[in-house]
Amino acid sequence: MRGVSVKRVVVENSFAEAFDMRATALIITADDLKWARQAAMAMTGFATSVIGCGCEAGIDRELTGAETPDGRPGVRVLLFAVSTAELQKQVLTRVGQCVLTCVGSACFGAIAGEERLKLGAALRYFGDGWQISKKFGGRHYWRIPVMDGEFVCEATIGMTKAAVGGGNLIIMGASPRNVLNAAEAAAHRIGATRDVIMPFPGGIVRSGSKVGSKYKALVASTNDAYCPTLKGALASKLGREIASVLEIVIDGLSPEAVSEAMRAGIAAIVGLGPERGALRISAGNYGGKLGRHHYHLRKLLS
Amino acid sequence: MSALVFRLKQAPDRRIDLSGLVPEALQGRSELAIARLPLDGSRDKLKVADVFGLRMGDPMSLRFDGGSERFDLVGAGMATGEIIVDGPVGAQAGRLMRAGTLRIQGDAGPYAASRLAGGRLEIDGNAGERLGAPLAGEMAGMSGGIVIVHGDAGSRAGDRLRRGIVVIEGRSGKDAGSRMIAGTLVLRGEVAGAPGPLMRRGTIVLVDGDCSTLPTFSDCGSHRLVAARLLAFELERLGLRFARKLKRPVRRFAGDMAISGKGEIWIA
Repeated sequence: MRGVSVKRVVVENSFAEAFDMRATALIITADDLKWARQAAMAMTGFATSVIGCGCEAGIDRELTGAETPDGRPGVRVLLFAVSTAELQKQVLTRVGQCVLTCVGSACFGAIAGEERLKLGAALRYFGDGWQISKKFGGRHYWRIPVMDGEFVCEATIGMTKAAVGGGNLIIMGASPRNVLNAAEAAAHRIGATRDVIMPFPGGIVRSGSKVGSKYKALVASTNDAYCPTLKGALASKLGREIASVLEIVIDGLSPEAVSEAMRAGIAAIVGLGPERGALRISAGNYGGKLGRHHYHLRKLLS
Repeated sequence: MSALVFRLKQAPDRRIDLSGLVPEALQGRSELAIARLPLDGSRDKLKVADVFGLRMGDPMSLRFDGGSERFDLVGAGMATGEIIVDGPVGAQAGRLMRAGTLRIQGDAGPYAASRLAGGRLEIDGNAGERLGAPLAGEMAGMSGGIVIVHGDAGSRAGDRLRRGIVVIEGRSGKDAGSRMIAGTLVLRGEVAGAPGPLMRRGTIVLVDGDCSTLPTFSDCGSHRLVAARLLAFELERLGLRFARKLKRPVRRFAGDMAISGKGEIWIA
């Protein structure tokens, strides 16, 4: 595909096609950052893709005590799903199994949102009648007695319908090492932007997928056009010089957050240059017919 | 725009019901219309102008220059705006208040904040008995909002408290937090007797001091509670700096077991 060369890295004339999603944000706190992060990692584990996990989730950023409702260190977690019902189910299951269970944790809503999801309002029943309701500063909390003290949890949390899932960058290079360098640089830079997550391990996915499969039971299968080991065997999208491809998938609380994240990712990859990083950057789409958010790479060159 | 001022002409010779002088009732009224407003409760139909001199201003911000312990129901039912009383008030100040801010720069009589449902009532002086309590025959007391008494409070403060936060910075009379249904009662000063008799749920917080607890309250030990930190931040936001003590471990007593209550007393 044709593109424009920026600092000798080719940015293809393509676009990322992304979808409307439901999303919520949580703040998880603990006595120290280690355990807040532990709870968040457990909660956002197995949440790489809505296809198989029910939701996509990840850590947005770490928070100091000055940024959390209870003054303890914490992390901000974002969850994305395709429907309100599924998001509700995933939030309750994941907080109930991974945050409530984690030593010293507490859990709070982190976006206003036009609609509310139940959190403590449902989890409180774990207290078996000993749960205590508290309203401070216009916010409603439930205190659930647990074996190390109390699990404090906000009764309801905000949900937004303005979220976007599926922003992406496809990174191509001459060697697996170089492509990983570029992907890591992009993931690192995107990690510093607000209101987005990269749900795959380390923010990077190697198994990009296409819609459909030769097997009727599967709704998605390997993106063979971008598999370097197949480039001589089918209508590949890869040139001779490409030996490895990685992808970064981005979900954001708003279309603007996703475009800022993609802009930051492209800048990081271009900044690394072709010798140590990527030769080409592209983006995944479905011809523009499925998702209403189109992020044209060339418009994101800052 | 400056406040709409009611300047007390002379000390009233009778009890006067001031519940009609709230911001939402005065909006859009002329000075003459306000001056002619009847003051309910007076036998010979007192009007506003008989008691107060008026200086027009923003009706969302009312100021009474001079108060009296014969002024009952000040700010009762108010739903918006601000009222400041420069002096004492009588019974039931802020009763059934729903929103807004009511500040009494003096003492308040009994039943201040009775069944207050929202907004903020601040009393710079002392409050009489049954702060926030229901009147006889009513089932629940305060159902929301914030009440801060910088001085002392009489007996049974927070009686049947159902929701909201009540703070008493001075001494509290007997049976504080009696029959509490829920909500939070913070007592900073000395407490007469044992608080929380017959409380069902809710939290009584004793800061700066020990007190006797009823034998029907069970010691649950000292704990560092996230809920206490959340309360501390809320109280600090309200300007109550002593609240930082709640960030330390608190001793928790559960009760009142006399009625299988699930309330608690924190001693910070």
